[in-house]
Amino acid sequence: MLCMLCKQNPAKVHLTHIVKDQMQKVDLCEECAKQKGVNHPSFSPADLLFGLGAAQEIAQAAGGVEIRCPGCGFTQADFKKAGRLGCAQCYHTFAEGLEGLLKTMHKGIKHVGKVPVALRHGRDLNDRLKHLQKKLDKAVTAEDFEQAASLRDEIKSTKDQLDNVPARAVS
Amino acid sequence: MNMHEFLCPPAETARRTGPHDRIVMSSRVRLARNLRGVAFPGWAKKSERVKALEIIRPAVESLPQLTGAYSETMDNLGPLDKQILVERHLISREHAAKSSGSGLVLNKEESLCVMINEEDHLRMQALRPGLQLRQAWLSIDQVDTELERKLDYAFSSELGYLTACPTNLGTGIRVSAMLHLPGLVLAEQITQIISSVNKLNLAVRGLYGEGTEALGNVFQVSNQMTLGEVESEIVERLNKVLLQIIEHEENARAVLLEKKPKIVYNHIGRAYGILANAHSITSKETMNLLSLMRLGVDLGEFPSGERALIDELFVVTQPAHLQKQFTEKLVAEERDLLRADMLRDRLRQVSRPNPRASGPSGAGLDKHN
Repeated sequence: MLCMLCKQNPAKVHLTHIVKDQMQKVDLCEECAKQKGVNHPSFSPADLLFGLGAAQEIAQAAGGVEIRCPGCGFTQADFKKAGRLGCAQCYHTFAEGLEGLLKTMHKGIKHVGKVPVALRHGRDLNDRLKHLQKKLDKAVTAEDFEQAASLRDEIKSTKDQLDNVPARAVS
Repeated sequence: MNMHEFLCPPAETARRTGPHDRIVMSSRVRLARNLRGVAFPGWAKKSERVKALEIIRPAVESLPQLTGAYSETMDNLGPLDKQILVERHLISREHAAKSSGSGLVLNKEESLCVMINEEDHLRMQALRPGLQLRQAWLSIDQVDTELERKLDYAFSSELGYLTACPTNLGTGIRVSAMLHLPGLVLAEQITQIISSVNKLNLAVRGLYGEGTEALGNVFQVSNQMTLGEVESEIVERLNKVLLQIIEHEENARAVLLEKKPKIVYNHIGRAYGILANAHSITSKETMNLLSLMRLGVDLGEFPSGERALIDELFVVTQPAHLQKQFTEKLVAEERDLLRADMLRDRLRQVSRPNPRASGPSGAGLDKHN
């Protein structure tokens, strides 16, 4: 279904008005709805931006309890009003409610793109650590204690290197 | 330094060329970044925004790519200056609405522009004429890599770069191109093209981005998804789609010329007639008619050298640019008269369109494509 106003974009906002016992239906795309300043009680900027129910999803994930971001004091109600988050930590605070939203919005929910150089080093070390840990488990199972000992040394030095990487990641 | 002394004259920027520039007017890649531990600009208190600006601005100014750049805070720019930057596509309309606590850093070539405290702490963009998405990405990637050594970015290994709006999360990248598609509009195929582009999860917008009309048959195509895909893949995917749109536009033009040449010549001839002779004309009508003249250049009805003039007129006939030339405040009706005067004057040197110079084989069809 196309937007009734621009007749170009798919309609994503569907409104039903009852005027003098007559039902009127309006189907708009998000952009036209925004331009027209569609104002409806169940309608929030978050809904307009991310589709109906987005604000509700965030609110419900908390089981009806108000969550306040410890980083910036932002609440679910603020998200509903603004359609934006308050600070980087909000992604952690509202993680549960955001997950569904991110799934519908993006190709995946795990970042695979660019990583700041300082962190890239840390990530490589982490991967290496996991790999070494697995090898160690195997060696122990196989009772290859000579290899296990050398793996343990390697793990220790990797951990030391990791401790020197600035912990800048938020989560 | 005065902004107007710094900005390139539109006559100069209009002469810049790039691959496929008959159809692709410009390419742009922007990255959204935020500082760790500081609330996003929309939620931050004014004092926090000012503090963030004080941290970011010198870091940006110190980049080698931005040596000798124009740097200013938004409260030091008047509404007219801001509108001029919007009309040149250097800043967003949202950024133009900002005041103290927000800023702008722009390089001399107008190929790099950093908005500070727009929706995110940093919105940095690389701009190129024609279809040059890869070059734009490489350029902004480099700026970002140098900047990350000076600034502490909000980054999560799970979710990537953390942005005010979840739609930009992850890579924070928006890759876009501005396309001139009069053939597809005249052939009434544009709606189909837009809906098939939408199906690929790419957005099609008007001349000034989100929520704007496609004035002058100019459309912006951009990626929407930013998380779960590598930047270079996003760039390549969009590049591929753009090449297909270019092909459709070329086909639409060739078919129109072969099947309905009179309709095409009629549109172009009338556009020229009105622009060269009107005594009052709105900015919207001007853009739509200039678009047809631009098509006329592509089809060989006007000498190819005239495209720069048309692209310049595209910019200088817009409201803020027009207002800038006069000291007294003009109302819309007065602008329409002055706009018409300017167009009549500038188009006097352009001879009438010559349909015989073009043909179905497309004498002027893109040779370097």
